[in-house]
Amino acid sequence: MIAWTIYITFTGAVLLLLLPRAFARWIALLTTIAGLALGLIALVRTPIADLAHFRTIVQVPWVPALGMNYHLAIDGISLTMVLVTGISAVSTVLFSWEVEHRQNEFFFWLLLVVAGCYGVFLSADLFLFFAFYELVIVPKYFLIAVFGSTNKEYGAMKLTLYSFFGGMLVFIGILTGYVTAGSLDLNQLSQVQFSPQLQSWAFPVLFLGFAVLAGIWPLHTWAPTGHVAAPTAGSMLLAGIVMKLGSYAGLRVAMNLFPQGFQMWSKWIVVLAVVGIVYAAAVALRQRDLKFVIGYSSVSHMGFVLLGLGAATALSVSGAVLQMFSHGVIAALLFAVAGRMIYRRTHTRDLDALAGLNLGRALPFAAFTFVIASAASMGIPGFSGFAAEITILIGASKTYPLAVWITGAGMVLVAAFTLRALKQSFFGETKPDVHLQQARVALDPDWNEQQPITTAEKCGACLLMFTTFAVGVYPKLLLDRIMPAVEAMRFLK
Amino acid sequence: MKAAGLTMSYLELLKLASPETIVVITALAVLSIGLATGRVKSTATVSTAKSAQSANDTSTATGICSAVAALGLAFAIGTVLMLPRYATPFGGMIVITPLTSLFKIICIALAFFTVLLTTSEKSLRHPGEYLALVLFATVGLMLLVGSEELLIIFIGLELLGLSLYVMTAFDKTDVRSAEAGVKYFLFGSTSSAFTLFGISLIYGMSGTTSLAAISEKLATVSIQPLLAVGIVMTLIGFAFKIAAAPFHLWAPDAYQGAPVPSSAFIASASKVASFVVLGKIVLVGFAPFHGSAAWHAMVAGWSPVLAALAALSILLGNLVALAQSNVRRLLAYSAVAHAGYTLIGLVSGDRTGFSAALFYATIYAITLVGAFGVVAMVRRETGGDDFSNFAGLASRSPLLAACMSVFMLSLAGIPPLAGFFGKFYLFSVALRAGASHGLLWLVAVALLGSFISLYYYLMVLKAIFVDEPVLASQRHVGVLPPALLTRATVAVLATTVLLLGIIPEILAAPILAAVP
Repeated sequence: MIAWTIYITFTGAVLLLLLPRAFARWIALLTTIAGLALGLIALVRTPIADLAHFRTIVQVPWVPALGMNYHLAIDGISLTMVLVTGISAVSTVLFSWEVEHRQNEFFFWLLLVVAGCYGVFLSADLFLFFAFYELVIVPKYFLIAVFGSTNKEYGAMKLTLYSFFGGMLVFIGILTGYVTAGSLDLNQLSQVQFSPQLQSWAFPVLFLGFAVLAGIWPLHTWAPTGHVAAPTAGSMLLAGIVMKLGSYAGLRVAMNLFPQGFQMWSKWIVVLAVVGIVYAAAVALRQRDLKFVIGYSSVSHMGFVLLGLGAATALSVSGAVLQMFSHGVIAALLFAVAGRMIYRRTHTRDLDALAGLNLGRALPFAAFTFVIASAASMGIPGFSGFAAEITILIGASKTYPLAVWITGAGMVLVAAFTLRALKQSFFGETKPDVHLQQARVALDPDWNEQQPITTAEKCGACLLMFTTFAVGVYPKLLLDRIMPAVEAMRFLK
Repeated sequence: MKAAGLTMSYLELLKLASPETIVVITALAVLSIGLATGRVKSTATVSTAKSAQSANDTSTATGICSAVAALGLAFAIGTVLMLPRYATPFGGMIVITPLTSLFKIICIALAFFTVLLTTSEKSLRHPGEYLALVLFATVGLMLLVGSEELLIIFIGLELLGLSLYVMTAFDKTDVRSAEAGVKYFLFGSTSSAFTLFGISLIYGMSGTTSLAAISEKLATVSIQPLLAVGIVMTLIGFAFKIAAAPFHLWAPDAYQGAPVPSSAFIASASKVASFVVLGKIVLVGFAPFHGSAAWHAMVAGWSPVLAALAALSILLGNLVALAQSNVRRLLAYSAVAHAGYTLIGLVSGDRTGFSAALFYATIYAITLVGAFGVVAMVRRETGGDDFSNFAGLASRSPLLAACMSVFMLSLAGIPPLAGFFGKFYLFSVALRAGASHGLLWLVAVALLGSFISLYYYLMVLKAIFVDEPVLASQRHVGVLPPALLTRATVAVLATTVLLLGIIPEILAAPILAAVP
């Protein structure tokens, strides 16, 4: 039944091309809600024991001559990722409610990205997996190049070429696995013993290809420029789901296929992850553009995911999966506030300019949302970010204690830049109200006519805030399903 | 073998060669129709007042001629289907196998789509003669595909080549067309000379022109300089034909200058047939001198030669394509790169490698006919085919824009389009071929190339979807009849590319089954 997330989303995308504009946003909303609903039903209805293994749900021969199957499967990790896709997708559509320019096309590309992500998270056939993985690249280009803002064509092309470059590395890795083992079935491949010599070069090629999409340092530079150039919906999707494709694939394919290769290289993954966490946080501290701050924070948070994967204990990897979920929600929330709630109303994201606007008063709901999002992002207990990061750090402390110490110091930087952004954007030094109004009108001539936060935006924000809070309070809900699936994998030390 | 040929009745022979015969008859019919209608036109052009009348006459003549040509080709496909599965009439000069029948059908179908494209081409003053040339070229293709005999192959090559030279230079109003024609003719005739020289050396060594017999003879001799020259010369001749670097210099001018249907035909049908023949020659005729292109174990033979050509074509084609601002020129350089990808299949050198190469060449041909169809429509509406002419196509004609993105993304190898599966198939076969991933270097070069290529394909799509049209006067829509037939053709081809990407089985399985 969960396979229908893919079909429904593709159908929605095709309908958008055929039906007139009046239906566009409703089709998109209903499609994404249906996807989320299917995910939730699967969460409630599937017994936890069934999620411990990558259990086949659909298997149909596709190109028998080459051993390709249309093969979908699910376990706790996939289910978690499907859920975060559904949540981000629904909130993304809600935050794009006001898009007027080429509306059908916008939602078409958006749904293609979502459908491709569902496909990646559920594929159990390497070819199918790779097809969905590459399918996501081009819609991203159009979302940014047509609908984006600052320096959009450059940002879009850079992001696309980075993704495609990663895709080429992945192509080599996948072909090697396929040709050597003679199978494309992920469950079969995860039983095959590849020679250590092959693993020692195939693993880094494959993992690096995926890690480009996950924003691994030093191949992360597409992320900040891409996030800034993208329209709000694009940033939310990119940071919320697309970056997770890379880390999920690294776990599901690279680490599971080449466990010995992974063990040879895991310490380098940890090193790059720690450098990424600290470096991105330090850079974020110096940014003046609010979206750049959030863009770099994404790189920093994805560093935690890579750290969790590299540390290779059951706890740290489970924490990494939880962090993928958590960051998907939090990043979407942060970008929604920055891109939609602030930028659309002030037409600036410059922190110094925002500091003089006293937005905390003008947009109280946005301020509230941003406070919650920042708290979650900083890792305040009670939100999902804390649950995930603490799990990763506890898990990693067994294998890489030094990395944990450095990361702990890095978290101070994360808190620092988040608080700085929060203070400057919403709680800048107060000035007399007359100046304020002038400053606002100077930035945006239409300020006086600006509507308050719309209902759609409130719904989207509440959905995301509720999710991060619920998972933060009760992480067991997901961890119980993730842990057994991780323990079933063979790369654990 | 010879005796069997001699005892065969001519009626039998005619029956086995019926598809070729039908196409020739159609060509003659089209030629005479063109003659009948062209006379009216030539008197009309004398006075300028009647020029509108003359344009009208031309379009009527185009309509009639292309209808006849299309019918003839469709009929020819039908007769190919009626042929027996295996036959070797005329002492093996012509052979009929599932492979030849399949690729005759594919070539005729590609010619059919080319004929449909000519209906919207306004620069053709003499549609009858033009279409007759297309049909003669098609006969050349069928001879090429349907023979395992060096002499017939050479005759087919010449028949194809001579028709294509004239087709390229056919637009008398455009000096570029003439330039393209001359260039193509000079390069093409040189390449024919190379091929003929190579063939003569091989004949001298083996004493026969039949591919299977050559293979038997060569298996007994060791490789020696004279033979090596013969093999290399033959390969060079074909490298010209498929526009592999460094023998690609004619391609950019020919693709850009020729009338659009000619470009489409050169890029599609001519290329597929050349790959079929090249594959047969190297895999059947030169089988004993396969050699090895594996990184650590290079062995002299034709496969390292083809591997070098492939790697050079991929890198050069893709890098030069980056600098183009004209879509047709860009397609020409990308054609060089795609010839390189396809050669990888031949380098793998077995049955699956050949079928992967043929699959790739076929989908590439389908894609390019479609892409040139879009180019034809854009030329018709804006008078050019630079990036600036494509700007804003998405708002002018969403259908054409969508089709063009299907074609471009398929060429770049983006799922779920046919090009993606084609590349996966090709590269997996290549990686499997050499022992211990010997051809990994070639696959890595190809992947690097296809990474580079995404940039320029996206630049075309950027012009279509992102850029705003510069000149309002570029919009001629409404002045011209909408050329529904060409639009429909393009849409059908785009659907085919999508369908072959989602269900590649429908083409991959027949090809794999047909390759011996």
